[in-house]
Amino acid sequence: MGEPSATVGVLALQGDVREHETAFGEVGVRTRRVRRPADLDGLDGLVLPGGESTTLSMLLTSSGLFEPVAEAIGGGLPVFGTCAGLILLAERVEDGRRDQRSFAALDVTVRRNGYGPQRFSFEGRVVLAPDPPGEPMPAVFIRAPVVLAVGAQVEVLATEGEGATPVLVRQGHVLGATFHPELTADRRLQRLFASMAEPAARRGR
Amino acid sequence: MTATGERETGTFTVKRGLADMLRGGVIMDVVDAGQAKIAEDAGAVAVMALERVPADIRRDGGVARMSDPALIQGIQEAVTIPVMAKARIGHFAEAQVLQSLGVDYIDESEVLTPADEAHHIDKWPFTVPFVCGATNLGEALRRISEGAAMIRSKGEAGTGNIVEAVRHLRSIVGDIRRITQADSAELYGWAKDLGAPVGLVQEIAGSRKLPVPLFCAGGIATPADASLVMQLGAQAVFVGSGIFKSDDPARRARAIVEATTHFEDPSHVARVSTGLGEAMRGEELGELTERLADRGW
Repeated sequence: MGEPSATVGVLALQGDVREHETAFGEVGVRTRRVRRPADLDGLDGLVLPGGESTTLSMLLTSSGLFEPVAEAIGGGLPVFGTCAGLILLAERVEDGRRDQRSFAALDVTVRRNGYGPQRFSFEGRVVLAPDPPGEPMPAVFIRAPVVLAVGAQVEVLATEGEGATPVLVRQGHVLGATFHPELTADRRLQRLFASMAEPAARRGR
Repeated sequence: MTATGERETGTFTVKRGLADMLRGGVIMDVVDAGQAKIAEDAGAVAVMALERVPADIRRDGGVARMSDPALIQGIQEAVTIPVMAKARIGHFAEAQVLQSLGVDYIDESEVLTPADEAHHIDKWPFTVPFVCGATNLGEALRRISEGAAMIRSKGEAGTGNIVEAVRHLRSIVGDIRRITQADSAELYGWAKDLGAPVGLVQEIAGSRKLPVPLFCAGGIATPADASLVMQLGAQAVFVGSGIFKSDDPARRARAIVEATTHFEDPSHVARVSTGLGEAMRGEELGELTERLADRGW
């Protein structure tokens, strides 16, 4: 050890910011709320939380964060999007608003609100691919997006349901989940992202 | 709640989870698809579909009921954000209709004319989540014990006057703070005085917060109003008459959204407050003949 642990930013414009802070705190990762461009300085990773993607898209622009965040992701900053956060990372979004903006950092096609209205939101279990290994993970899907297609560079790390729909995807330093790992007690995905954001791991790339 | 394969819908985690996703946002009252589009364009996290905004309900009098399903469906088709709708207090049949329409949240609301003078809706059997109003912590905990997954302080709807919202929010947040100072024996006294289940009071003593998200409603008319209630402990705001009874709804809506996000940054609130035009006229509380917040118990 001796290496200072990672500091992960949590985009704090709207959504379930506090749950992400608590979840990362439980695995020993420092967090910082990101509301202005200066808040990005010196971060080892960035979390885009759940919320409303249309609202987040507008607020990213009006607070002057969109371009700096896009540049940081383009420059290799590890980023983890959950639900609305995944929509903000997807290259192609169906049923979005025309003016909705995306960082286009994940070569996937997603459909917003793919399971229907809130009464179809559910708790389920997702099956993890070998990395991160282990038992199925309890997962909460809330007006969740559905991943319709993934590009060749995208690894599918977890699936859900009989159709084995991709629910956790990774493309290099970009991780996205259609569900909310911050709302359940399983911390495997926070540990996975913490390892992606380790200063040593980032220097090694 | 029901399970299909390994999927379980309508669990409390799923119900309160949607409330968590709306935190830091603005939920706007809209009466037609056009207003719903303006709200979504302005960055609303959800819309509340209703036939008349509270200011008009107050002016027109008569019995206020659940909206026509055609109006709700029109709004659902117009926007991609969650759509909420109001049922009368105790009117579980209206709530059943709203659930069948696929609304994302039901507001069991004092803004409509109550249907039952003794019972609120038993909200546990529903798959759709409920938000309920409260003027104090006891009322909030009684609603949570009935299954509400979100609480909004009531304020006084349709007045454009923030004073009641502040009173109710301070009462709820202040009592939560005092409960965290109480010893274990005193918690039983708190439960008796609040008229609330002791289990929920004990939960607050441990977690130092309400078991569900606490939003604020009733009287928010300006960006500074939104900043005020967020600083007092609200986690999101409902704006009813305050937007579409003002001079420039689209601009005011967006300004309130930005002030809710940047509520701790006075210079940002100042910037979005500049040149907004007239806010809704507003009412002095002493001039009211009926207080909507007195409905429910």
